[in-house]
Amino acid sequence: MRFYEYESKALFRRHGMPLGEGQVVNSSAEARAAAEAIGGPIVIKSQVLSGGRMKAGAVQFADTPDEAAAKYDFVLPIEVGGETARSVLIEAKSPVAHEYFVSVTWDGRRKLPVLLFSDMGGIDIEEVAETHPEHLSRTHFSTILPLSERIAKEAISSVGVSGGDLNRLVPIVYKLMQVFLQYDLTLAEINPVAKLEDGSFIVLDGHVDMEAEARGDHKKLLAELGIGDDETRLARPPTEFELEGARLNAVDHRGVAGNVVEFDGNLGLIIGAGGGSLTLFDAVRKHGGKPANYCEIGGNPSVGKACNLTKLILGKPGVEKIAVMMNVVSNTRVDIVARGVIKGCLEAGKDPSEVITIFRIPGAWEDEGFKILEKYGVEYCDRSVSMYEAAGRAVAKL
Amino acid sequence: MPGLFIDVKVADEAAKDTEIAKKLVEVCAVDIFAQNDDGSLRVVEENLDECVLCDLCVDAAPKGTVEVVKLYES
Amino acid sequence: MSIFITKDTTFIIQGITGREAVNLTRENLDYGAKIIGGVTPGRRGRDVYGVPVYDSVKQIAEAHGTPDGSIVSVPPRFTRDAVFEALENGIKLIVIVTENIPRGQVAQMVELANLRGARIIGPNCLGIISPDEAKMGGMGGPAANTRQAYTKGPIGVMSRSGGMTTEIASTLTAAGLGQSTCVSIGGDAIVGTTYAELMPYFEADSETQAIAIYSEPGGRMEAELAEWVKTNNSRLPIVAFMAGRFMDEMQGMRFGHAGTIVEGKEDTTSEKIERMEAAGISVAERIEEIPDLLRKRMAEAS
Repeated sequence: MRFYEYESKALFRRHGMPLGEGQVVNSSAEARAAAEAIGGPIVIKSQVLSGGRMKAGAVQFADTPDEAAAKYDFVLPIEVGGETARSVLIEAKSPVAHEYFVSVTWDGRRKLPVLLFSDMGGIDIEEVAETHPEHLSRTHFSTILPLSERIAKEAISSVGVSGGDLNRLVPIVYKLMQVFLQYDLTLAEINPVAKLEDGSFIVLDGHVDMEAEARGDHKKLLAELGIGDDETRLARPPTEFELEGARLNAVDHRGVAGNVVEFDGNLGLIIGAGGGSLTLFDAVRKHGGKPANYCEIGGNPSVGKACNLTKLILGKPGVEKIAVMMNVVSNTRVDIVARGVIKGCLEAGKDPSEVITIFRIPGAWEDEGFKILEKYGVEYCDRSVSMYEAAGRAVAKL
Repeated sequence: MPGLFIDVKVADEAAKDTEIAKKLVEVCAVDIFAQNDDGSLRVVEENLDECVLCDLCVDAAPKGTVEVVKLYES
Repeated sequence: MSIFITKDTTFIIQGITGREAVNLTRENLDYGAKIIGGVTPGRRGRDVYGVPVYDSVKQIAEAHGTPDGSIVSVPPRFTRDAVFEALENGIKLIVIVTENIPRGQVAQMVELANLRGARIIGPNCLGIISPDEAKMGGMGGPAANTRQAYTKGPIGVMSRSGGMTTEIASTLTAAGLGQSTCVSIGGDAIVGTTYAELMPYFEADSETQAIAIYSEPGGRMEAELAEWVKTNNSRLPIVAFMAGRFMDEMQGMRFGHAGTIVEGKEDTTSEKIERMEAAGISVAERIEEIPDLLRKRMAEAS
């Protein structure tokens, strides 16, 4: 879950990292007032989650409060990756002597956090990696040994930074590593850290991604930063349908019947599990089907949970029929899902045999499940019908 | 009232025995059993359909006193 | 032959009295597993299908000797501690079933496992099965269903999806191709054992003649496998199934496992397919194509 720049900076500030003067504003009048308070040249930055802000013209400079107000109006409607500004950050424009890049992320191969440092900051780091690899260091560090400044020192000095600059950079980089681990971040990046003409260092731009799984552990921080529980920070904001799916999933801890994503088709999908859903969604689309939603059931959800998900999907405008499909299941039980889905249809006032195009969940407790399906006249198939074929049969019924 | 798919029948003498009731509450992973204030057994109707057919309740009570009925088989 | 587990492998279940763990216990026992104990703090003296429950791993080790492995099925908040407990009591093979564990904690478990010379499979996985030999985890579900899907034979299976491991095995079985060992490696961004790390074990297993894998968007695991295959001149033909192709058009949305999140260009399915094909890995578009592709590749290899 990505943070806006101003949220990332608020986090950095709490940890004593050096930042310039700045203020988040939501009107041109506020922009003018902020510029007046700062007094001097300023930067006007659109607050968006997507990259490529500078290129899109959503970062502007101004010398006077009036100009800042005008630039606020200019920046506000600019789309960056299809996204417009949530608000605008007004900051003092600092006289920069040199720019550095520092980032902490996970390396899934080494299964360790990796600290990336470059003395060529401010530009695309992939480009530095390709054209000037000697200016980029990669330093893995332990998650069980005590975190220490030594690692920061090694990373910075290995691209040739020494003297006072090294000693001023170490605490900034060290703090970024601390923040990364403390808040279960998947990315903590500062690009650039700037050395100013007076020799001091400040964070000019930064961004942070928090692991979605860890949100519950950091509720206090998120509340203090003003990040709401409903903010998923994905490519688009969640729809009411998706939020309701998440609420239903959270009511009961037994298994998963969630990760609902809304689409505008006519075929409701009750599919699973993690890998099976990806496979089946591909298959439905390959057959020319129009999914009304994506979802995942797995981990043996309770009957009540499967029932609620079914009702949610059947209640979605435009949904004509549903398909219930999974890979051969091991821990999720065929009979439990069958009970839940049939109950959901009945509670929604629909005839399961009419509205369920196909039930293709073979595996654990299938004999028991098939008995239930037979009793309610629902069309089902066993593993001899592939996931791909089952998807085709569902699509053909619409 | 039975569930849509499952019903659980408990013989009267077992339901009145607080020790058996306690055991049934303990073994059921889906909370189909609860104890009344006097310690006797109560079947939680809204949880009946959650039954996972583990038979732990059947094994926990004296033989023949607890029966799990699959209503979809009738 | 099999990798990691045999008929004689002993293991325990941490969190044995939980709803899913109770199922796991029964299913593994029915498949012939030697489960010597289970742990749930405060429940010492109980038993689950005849398996004695203890308060700690240490008590089990004292009563029955150190087990070879442990299945960890405890809620996410307690998983790290449970895994540390297993490692510090000398257990060398740990299957973590639990999902929704932040990567920082997974990294800590893996780091300690490396220091202790132990191996972690998962988290967010269904474990390991060597058909007709042994199973450790939830793969295939109840023993009868497991025997239906998994049969002994020459194919090694590795999968980021537990469910799709069974789907693939079942498809192979129906086509007359049995499996040597199948490993559900877990769907998280950081897992204890990756495809590339499993390859040397399959490579050394004389029974294994080819590999089938399930793969999906997110992470660098397929790239790592492709690299391993090239640098080690692997004897084993590999067929991969790639799911989640639609995600290439929908970047920035979340689908599938925690690990499927696309964080860079290298994580997309098209990029992965290209890398794998360049390394000589055949990529199937449908599960049902896997058996024929494997047969063709095995014929070419012999």
